Amino acid sequence: MKRIINEMKLRLPARSVNEATARSIISAFVAELSPTVEELGDLRCAVSEAVTNCIVHAYRGLPEGQWGQIYISARLYDNREVTVEISDNGCGIEDVQAARAPSFTTGELGERCGMGFLVMESFTDGLSVKSKLGRGTTVLMRKILKP
Amino acid sequence: MQRDVIFQEGERTLTASLTAEIDHHTARRIRERIDSELFLRKPEILVLDFSGVGFMDSSGLGLILGRCSVAEGIGASVRVTGASDQLMRLIRLSGLERVRNLSVVK
Repeated sequence: MKRIINEMKLRLPARSVNEATARSIISAFVAELSPTVEELGDLRCAVSEAVTNCIVHAYRGLPEGQWGQIYISARLYDNREVTVEISDNGCGIEDVQAARAPSFTTGELGERCGMGFLVMESFTDGLSVKSKLGRGTTVLMRKILKP
Repeated sequence: MQRDVIFQEGERTLTASLTAEIDHHTARRIRERIDSELFLRKPEILVLDFSGVGFMDSSGLGLILGRCSVAEGIGASVRVTGASDQLMRLIRLSGLERVRNLSVVK
């Protein structure tokens, strides 16, 4: 039975500058488990993708100067597992399965490549996505660090 | 102001050395700077040097892909150099290597 050794909760406005904020805080939080450079890079990248999705997709179209909120909670377990949950109260995803397919994007053509979910999936050991139209989206990522 | 791109002009090349962390937030400014230089210099080859990039997510892939299409418009090709292991994984994952006017040198 795995036990939680540390946890944190964070709420950030969905401003793009907070993509870097979120991944820096996650880096600091997992430092206790001494991840490898590669593991840390993977986690930073996965978190950056999830937070970017909240900003670019979930809360797009809000009036200028208004930001939705991004909720991040992370846990470290004694089996060297890290979980990061990132949620928003944004527009939601109509078809999660389609959104997870590579090259799916509703973003700016030619500048967004629709790889976000694929990167989150490839750079972690587990990804679940739950979404309700008009209510928001929650992604849960799990990564198991090498002993 | 942060110096996120440093340009160097060669005989046929324009080298853009990227030094910032590349995410959706920083990518916009970087691509605007590269595109304006690209239209001004009109090189045969645009070299994107990633050796100074400490972090990149899929916004960087979009940045590369977008520059390939802009470069194609002026008959130029794009060469990515100095990619870290993580960047190489991202590039492989995306299948970006198949883009016609793009070459990737580690």
